[in-house]
Amino acid sequence: MLKNSLPDDRGHFGPYGGRYVAETLMPLILDVEKAWADAKSDPKYWAQFDELMRDYVGRPSPLYFAEPTTKKLGGAKVYFKRDELNHTGSHKINNTIGQILLALRMGKTRIIAETGAGQHGVATATVCARFGLPCTVFMGATDIERQKPNVFRMKLLGAEVRPVTSGAGTLKDAMNEAMRDWVTNVHDTFYIIGTVAGPHPYPAMVRDFQSVIGKETRAQMLEREGRLPDLLIAAIGGGSNAMGLFHPFLDDASVKIQGVEAGGHGLKKQHAASLTGGRPGILHGNMTYLLQSEDGQITEAHSISAGLDYPGIGPEHAYLHDTKRAEYVSITDDEALEAFAMCTKLEGIIPALEPAHAYAQVMKMAPMMKKEDIIVMNLCGRGDKDIFTVAERFGVTL
Amino acid sequence: MTNRIDATFAGLDRPALITFITAGDPGIKASQTILDQLPANGADIIELGMPFTDPMADGPTIQASALRALDAGASMKTTLQMVRDFRKHNTATPIVLMGYANPVFQYGYDAFIRDASAAGVDGLIIVDLPPEEDDALHALASAADIHLVKLVTPTTTDARLQAILPKAGGFLYYVSITGITGAASANVEAVKKHVESIRKQTDLPLAVGFGIKGPGDVREFAAFADAVVVGSAIVSEANKEDGNVSAFVKSLSAALR
Repeated sequence: MLKNSLPDDRGHFGPYGGRYVAETLMPLILDVEKAWADAKSDPKYWAQFDELMRDYVGRPSPLYFAEPTTKKLGGAKVYFKRDELNHTGSHKINNTIGQILLALRMGKTRIIAETGAGQHGVATATVCARFGLPCTVFMGATDIERQKPNVFRMKLLGAEVRPVTSGAGTLKDAMNEAMRDWVTNVHDTFYIIGTVAGPHPYPAMVRDFQSVIGKETRAQMLEREGRLPDLLIAAIGGGSNAMGLFHPFLDDASVKIQGVEAGGHGLKKQHAASLTGGRPGILHGNMTYLLQSEDGQITEAHSISAGLDYPGIGPEHAYLHDTKRAEYVSITDDEALEAFAMCTKLEGIIPALEPAHAYAQVMKMAPMMKKEDIIVMNLCGRGDKDIFTVAERFGVTL
Repeated sequence: MTNRIDATFAGLDRPALITFITAGDPGIKASQTILDQLPANGADIIELGMPFTDPMADGPTIQASALRALDAGASMKTTLQMVRDFRKHNTATPIVLMGYANPVFQYGYDAFIRDASAAGVDGLIIVDLPPEEDDALHALASAADIHLVKLVTPTTTDARLQAILPKAGGFLYYVSITGITGAASANVEAVKKHVESIRKQTDLPLAVGFGIKGPGDVREFAAFADAVVVGSAIVSEANKEDGNVSAFVKSLSAALR
């Protein structure tokens, strides 16, 4: 039973995961683990989570039959899991609700978070506004420049956005800085990590919150088609939307799983494809696949999508990759842009650049599959935040 | 042969001065010169930083220092070469390599311990390798008589200390603040209280570091610690236009005599 057996009690998914943090953080992380174990078995905690998911986030999100895409590609039936319709416009809110309830349970009075595209930052700032906790979001200076609407959104919500100028000023650097803040403010601060990475229990905990995506998909698909889908496709930066969709299906051998990494300028040039272009190493509290030099120095990732621009990946994905339960592929910036344009015109849905990578993979897979086959793609975020980036690439001045 | 760290503490009748520099900053040659002169300037034990792109426990001073070193061409290989060159004229002063897990992991734990031992390394501090994850490295290091120096912090409880002590060697490094290197100074009384309570549970020498900036701080912490660690302040001095590392380290050392 793949679904229920991992991680082990020290957070290992095979050789991956674990807890690689400075000693100052260990007692706190052990506290988080204890609090999470306690919350997990408390029906009251889940009742509050479920109520917020329904009334505040707007779940369940629909499972939509993408008929125009299906017709155009001429192969498998394509469904979208519409997580871009969630409050705040992406799947990130599923996780921030779960974690802020835990932070409150632990009596923490201050929240920090890292963000790349700004979706997790917005989702964190949102729940902090809702529950009245001060919020500091660390964001790379480069990302602040390319995601201005989300930066303003976070500020409106009352969060402090702290620019990070070290390194390339992207998600990796924001995460370093968030860890530095956390180690300094261990006593009152809860760190809401945005993806299925970091020290145990974060990868498993974030997965459990995001699994709402896959659980709903499973029920909706059974109701609609009377059977499970044949292929799941989702984009991967750290891998939280993908793990959320995949996890409830891990033990269903008939369901194929594909994770789509950001191929950037191409795998021989600059990219953000940790699994297809990296190798195992240790960063940000876990062992996983990383983009790195021979000397073990972490190299800068590149993707047109700020949310995928990260040199690592969640450890459970590393494990699924090695065991071949899931297949990991990559899509370049150009392919993602083409998919972005096609999805927008064909479906009347502007996807975020992250799921545009998944859509590009759907464009490759669907025509090769039979008409009775079914693909579910996680449309994990809406593209409003990306219109400036896309306009620039299309040579349009806004 | 006795490990040089043990020999150093056994032979001193005063607290030890532990100095940190990043290997390769501000350049590999300049860094070698600073390293070679540290013992004559009064350093009893040397922590040599293995530069890493993502030093999560370090403040801006050491972050910048690591990046300068990497830009200057530093790598795990050049760091070990610096130790070998140092040992050509110094066989007594202990060297502790300090850094993060990934570069060591990529080098290969086996190969790293073999080469570090041959180069004359006496101890290792791997900041992000808690006892839960260090079994493999600990076994190899022990067999080569290299100590794993463990960090203890203001958040370390007695229960946690019991998890740390079985694998700790050389000395215990008490991190005086909850925070990153080069940050604000610690509350001396609070540190003293915790250090004294830790002392009841171990015979290892206790070093205090993080936020110790000059001779005054050194004197205060040396009143109850077995060793005092100075890092960011030395790295800053090495990169000041009119900086004088020798004079600065001498002033730290004088505070202990």
